[in-house]
Amino acid sequence: MSNIARAFDHGKAFIAFITCGDPDLQTTAACVRAAVKGGADLIELGIPFSDPTAEGPVIQAANERALKGGVTTDKIFGLVEDLRRDVTVPMVFMTYANVVYSYGIERFCDRCVETGIDGMILPDVPFEEKEEFAPACRARGLDFVSLIAPTSEHRVAMIAREAEGFLYIVSSMGVTGVRSEITTDIGAMVKLVRANTSIPCAVGFGISTPAQAKKMADLSDGAIVGSAIVKLIAEHGADAAGPVGAYVKAMKDGIMGL
Amino acid sequence: MTNPNGRFGVHGGQYIPETLMNAVIELEAAYNEAKNDPSFRAELTALFNEYAGRPSRLYFARRMTEDLGGAKIYLKREDLNHTGAHKINNVLGQALLAKRMGKTRLIAETGAGQHGVATATAAALLGMACVVYMGVEDTIRQALNVYRMRLLGAEVIPVSTGTGTLKDAVSAAMREWTNRISDTHYCLGSVMGPHPFPTIVRDFQPVISQEIKAQVIEKEGRLPDAVLACVGGGSNAIGAFYHFIEDKSVRLIGCEAAGRGVDTFETAATIATGKLGIFHGMKSYFCQDEYGQIAPVYSISAGLDYPGIGPEHAWLHDTGRAEYVPVTDDEAVNAFEYLSRMEGIIPAIESAHAVAHAMKLAPTMGKDKIMVINISGRGDKDCAAIARYRGEDLHE
Repeated sequence: MSNIARAFDHGKAFIAFITCGDPDLQTTAACVRAAVKGGADLIELGIPFSDPTAEGPVIQAANERALKGGVTTDKIFGLVEDLRRDVTVPMVFMTYANVVYSYGIERFCDRCVETGIDGMILPDVPFEEKEEFAPACRARGLDFVSLIAPTSEHRVAMIAREAEGFLYIVSSMGVTGVRSEITTDIGAMVKLVRANTSIPCAVGFGISTPAQAKKMADLSDGAIVGSAIVKLIAEHGADAAGPVGAYVKAMKDGIMGL
Repeated sequence: MTNPNGRFGVHGGQYIPETLMNAVIELEAAYNEAKNDPSFRAELTALFNEYAGRPSRLYFARRMTEDLGGAKIYLKREDLNHTGAHKINNVLGQALLAKRMGKTRLIAETGAGQHGVATATAAALLGMACVVYMGVEDTIRQALNVYRMRLLGAEVIPVSTGTGTLKDAVSAAMREWTNRISDTHYCLGSVMGPHPFPTIVRDFQPVISQEIKAQVIEKEGRLPDAVLACVGGGSNAIGAFYHFIEDKSVRLIGCEAAGRGVDTFETAATIATGKLGIFHGMKSYFCQDEYGQIAPVYSISAGLDYPGIGPEHAWLHDTGRAEYVPVTDDEAVNAFEYLSRMEGIIPAIESAHAVAHAMKLAPTMGKDKIMVINISGRGDKDCAAIARYRGEDLHE
């Protein structure tokens, strides 16, 4: 069993996304620890990219702030090493193909294993291109996480059959960001997923309230939240850990129906 | 192992969010069907000839030839097309294809504004809605084209993220496409992006080299020795090169925007300074830092101010079939003024990059040699910016 699957061991999972280096790595480390304390079951660490084409304005701005602050892929591996001294929940990277490709796919995966990363999500690498990245992950026991979208339709079965770690269900059309309402028939998508794989699936894009998170987690195996957390970090800067921890606890409680 | 779909050597591919995958698969199927349909070809040819004013002229630049004292220089006058650039060739093809797919709305990115104007024009012609994304810096550099697009009924959305230039306009258009696919076609303006765009755009532009070949044979009874074109993403260049790729005696030369020079950070010369990477849906060469962050490139030319190059050009570079040379702002501005005075033709500042290299190359070639420069667009849009570059306080 992959380490990522452990995130789904104790009921519905809450997955928190944080952009590394926004506004600095100390804050990122504090926010990750606060999120874990608040009940996050899996942490997605965003490696910032200059041109994040799958992100909405909130995470785009976080990427810009982080890069302006001088964060690099190597410094982020250093952050992971530090976090792994006490953080035991699974952690995955979320970044763009060029960040991994330019580092060298094999070298990037080696560093993931050395520092304690469990997998990666590359939103600009669809099923058709994943064999450029997935074998290097597989060889080292890292999971290459796939995404399905509301437009995937007949592609869902194909993607689900080769899914690793967990399957990321994109709730809505468009880019990341808070939405007042999610109109996609998530239940139907999950049904298709379940028919083709036993890997857990979690829903992301647009979730910000405990009620939304509960609804999405009830339909699947978990909820993923990015923009709402990143927004808190943008508002509170270096003091964000407290608010992030409280928010994650509220979301996790919501999912658990507490 | 990489997916062989839509590859030019190692370049190309489909590096896009899952949300867009079915859209590009549907586009590829519709395109394959359309290109084999004689009625589609006939309709496009009729639009090329009756609406865009094709074929464009191949003009012998007598004074320039005499002044430079070397190869005979011909100018392919894509600047004389309707809307003033080669961009209309691709746009008419894609707009017809979109209409055939039942789409009612076109979105596009634009740098200099020429592709945006062409898309707005085709949308007006075919009764479609149109939204154009343009870097906020470029809306200032190319204010006249912003007005032109609005006049044609398009909505222009200034993009202020990143460097506020062409790459950010492409990102914004891609984001909008993931948001709204069912009624919307993304009319990409160059031979770039995810498969099938580099192939579709390439297939709508070779009319340029097809015409050059027939025209030069008619005038000279033989093939040219060199064909020059400017390269940003590379659509006019691929159009000018395509039918000569098999003719190994013809040198194919792409002229990149070096900005303030390839030894500075203010450059957009991708082949000269970039390295292999993955961005905007494709694998190709990109200007980037050691961690793969895309570089904030610079050129005086908004149309060449892009950190990448189309995958087929990257492959023509790898195989050595085409050469790519950097041309600085200064050289391009000199050429802009030179062609205006020498031949009475004001070229687009983009095309002036090819003219600038021709001015260096022609004198080194014998008088029995023949060179063709693709004048991809006209320069009216650039006059105010060039005047300011020369220190005049001219605003539109």
